[in-house]
Amino acid sequence: MKYVDEFRDRTLATTIAERIARTVRRPWMIMEVCGGQTHAIVRFGLDALLPPSLTVVHGPGCPVCVTPIGLIDQALHLASLPRVIFCSFGDMLRVPGSRGDLFSVKAAGGDVRIVYSPLDAVTLARDNPDREVVCFAVGFETTAPAWAMAVIHAKELKLTNFSLLVAHVLVPPAMEAILSSSQNRVQGFLAAGHVCTVVGYEDYEALAARYRVPIVVTGFEPLDILEGIALLVSQLEEGRIEVENQYVRSVRREGNQQAKSVVDEVFEVVPRIWRGIGEIARSGLRLRTAYGDWDATVRFHHDLAQVGHGSEEESECQSGLVLQGLMKPTDCPAFATRCTTENPLGAPMVSSEGACAAYYRYRNHVRPEGVMRVSSFLR
Amino acid sequence: MSNHESIELTCPVPVVEQKTVQLAHGGGGRLMQELIRDVFLRAFDNPALASLHDGATLPIEKGTLAFTTDSYVVHPLFFPGGDIGSLAVHGTINDLAMCGANPLCLSAGFVLEEGLNMETLRRVVESMAKAARAAGVPIVTGDTKVVDRGKGDGIFINTAGVGLVPSGVRVLPELVMPGDAILLSGDLGSHGVAVLSVREGVAFNGNVESDSAPLHRVVADLLDSGVEVHCLRDLTRGGLASALNEIAVAAKTGMVIDESIIPVHETVRGACELLGLDPLYVANEGRFVAMVPESHVEAALTVMRQHVVASRAVRIGAVTVENPPLVVLQTLLGTHRILDLLSGEQLPRIC
Amino acid sequence: MCLSVPGKVMDIHADGLRTATVSFGGITKDVSLVLVPEADVGDYVIVHVGFAISKLDEEAARRTLELMAQLERGGNGSEGQEGPRPL
Repeated sequence: MKYVDEFRDRTLATTIAERIARTVRRPWMIMEVCGGQTHAIVRFGLDALLPPSLTVVHGPGCPVCVTPIGLIDQALHLASLPRVIFCSFGDMLRVPGSRGDLFSVKAAGGDVRIVYSPLDAVTLARDNPDREVVCFAVGFETTAPAWAMAVIHAKELKLTNFSLLVAHVLVPPAMEAILSSSQNRVQGFLAAGHVCTVVGYEDYEALAARYRVPIVVTGFEPLDILEGIALLVSQLEEGRIEVENQYVRSVRREGNQQAKSVVDEVFEVVPRIWRGIGEIARSGLRLRTAYGDWDATVRFHHDLAQVGHGSEEESECQSGLVLQGLMKPTDCPAFATRCTTENPLGAPMVSSEGACAAYYRYRNHVRPEGVMRVSSFLR
Repeated sequence: MSNHESIELTCPVPVVEQKTVQLAHGGGGRLMQELIRDVFLRAFDNPALASLHDGATLPIEKGTLAFTTDSYVVHPLFFPGGDIGSLAVHGTINDLAMCGANPLCLSAGFVLEEGLNMETLRRVVESMAKAARAAGVPIVTGDTKVVDRGKGDGIFINTAGVGLVPSGVRVLPELVMPGDAILLSGDLGSHGVAVLSVREGVAFNGNVESDSAPLHRVVADLLDSGVEVHCLRDLTRGGLASALNEIAVAAKTGMVIDESIIPVHETVRGACELLGLDPLYVANEGRFVAMVPESHVEAALTVMRQHVVASRAVRIGAVTVENPPLVVLQTLLGTHRILDLLSGEQLPRIC
Repeated sequence: MCLSVPGKVMDIHADGLRTATVSFGGITKDVSLVLVPEADVGDYVIVHVGFAISKLDEEAARRTLELMAQLERGGNGSEGQEGPRPL
């Protein structure tokens, strides 16, 4: 596949890894903020290519993981209403609310459907005028333009049976929350390349300056991540503090104007609770009043009045610490014992991009012995 | 003789029939007899079935019997490269083949949902008949039930199969030993992707056809060829990763495979990238792995590659004494990670 | 977050969402180009949940791969990348 395979080339990976090894002189802790990057690191075993003095921690870059339990409970309630067709991306189906998840609502007879694109949900609404189509609009800045377009399109089609339960979150406020915490030890960031494709990286310049941390906007293929790390450690070793763009083939400093303007048309910024972390100011999106007709919290205000604000998390779940990079999944006492992908205690074990799930799935906690001999079995 | 497929003659007299399946079709009365006669018998026509007895009796030599059963609930019923019917025939034949058996015959049990289009049923049954004929394995007995509308997904099919294991043939996970090579019969993921391509919510366009196919002939040739086959396993739900993990656990050995060697068709890759799926976990219905001693690899691959269904057969790794019962994957980048069993269903990864 | 895949624009339909047929290694899917008005037939776009979010800069991709192949980097190691902007 063009523009995918070239960025998984083994020889180039070795070259970049060598460059990193030559550059790193001191221990550093860097954070990648995007679940997609976490996934790529574990899937391709990139940590094995990095010098041991370099620690990569995973941040709250999994919107599925950070959706507050209260919103999940609202979703579960709406999905259980007979007149509702509840649309969601696949990942959300297994995230636990206070009682059950979307899968269990489906099993009990709720009409829950996986969609690939928000436009599929609009089509569902158009084709089912006697049903209410409600969509779980989850995601970072990358996904917000798609949901914004869905609302705009629904408005153009004059649909009165389409609405969103908005759970969008924004990345820079979360990064700021981590950086401003007294426990923070993160010294550099790999910024999420697809978020920046949409919003650009002007915002990051203020962050880098204020907290004195270098930031490299990074893509998602293994070579992108390695290169991003190489650029970041160069900055760290040289004492530079800049915002660099590794993902030049997709990201421009000003981002995608068209995408930004449709988001601004439809959404406004509000505070949001990040599951496991708490409330972060100006870190979420909500539909503007002008688009109230397509806002599920408005349309179903009466039904949702019964839903509580979500009970406390399982006390054993340390997702907050994991999401802030203060604890590695493998350091959590419940990891792989009481908390597994079959029986998750919290969201990062459920979402395929949650750090806990990624570590568990790829059995990062089990290092194959005699790995050097492995190659002799393969030709 | 001509090279064409043999001409299939059917009775030209038009039959008056119901347009949809009714509850009475499962009731044991006249309507059921008509259904059996006009749909099932007409398609599956063979001497054992024609005797219309409660069960089929077949003379066999002394030996070891292989027996297997599987149920098929795929949705949608029709997908590029196959349907629930052909799947039901191939799947059970393959289970027999993986035991080292020559399949003798199949049974077919149907649970039909009231209101099912009769034309749909005919299409599925015709497809089963065609698959059975092509494989040379007749369907000799069967059953039909009808459930109320809303209590079934159109059609559920169960097929059971019996086969004979040739004397001297033993194929079991216990026989797998460190040092064995792991062979894969062909490219991964076509079946899962083909079904997804027509499933609502994730559908896309592409010429991906299910790899559903009978494997008994290539297996028979392999067993006949003098190659020492320790274990065979066809890949189904859960893909290559699941099959290898199951064998590793049963055999109490470790395994290591090389991701860069594993064949995946470009369009299957495209679909998997798009939906965030890992081809190593995607369903197949016409692929198998074989564990053979290292010294038998060339001979085994030569035999396999002579069959269309295994023309891309390749050695992907080896059985190890280290790390039982883990399957270690050497990634495209040369690093290593564990290839675990899938937890739950692999959902299209979107966000 | 943000699983996005590069695909090639095969043709563009004339509708309000600028729906295009985009090929991903041979399979095709309808994708809206409404957020990337400059994308045209033959271009590669980065696609996220049915929308193109950027036009892939092929020249930049080529430069990136070239840079990756270098073991040594001159200067501050990022010529050819965008930025850096001293702060």
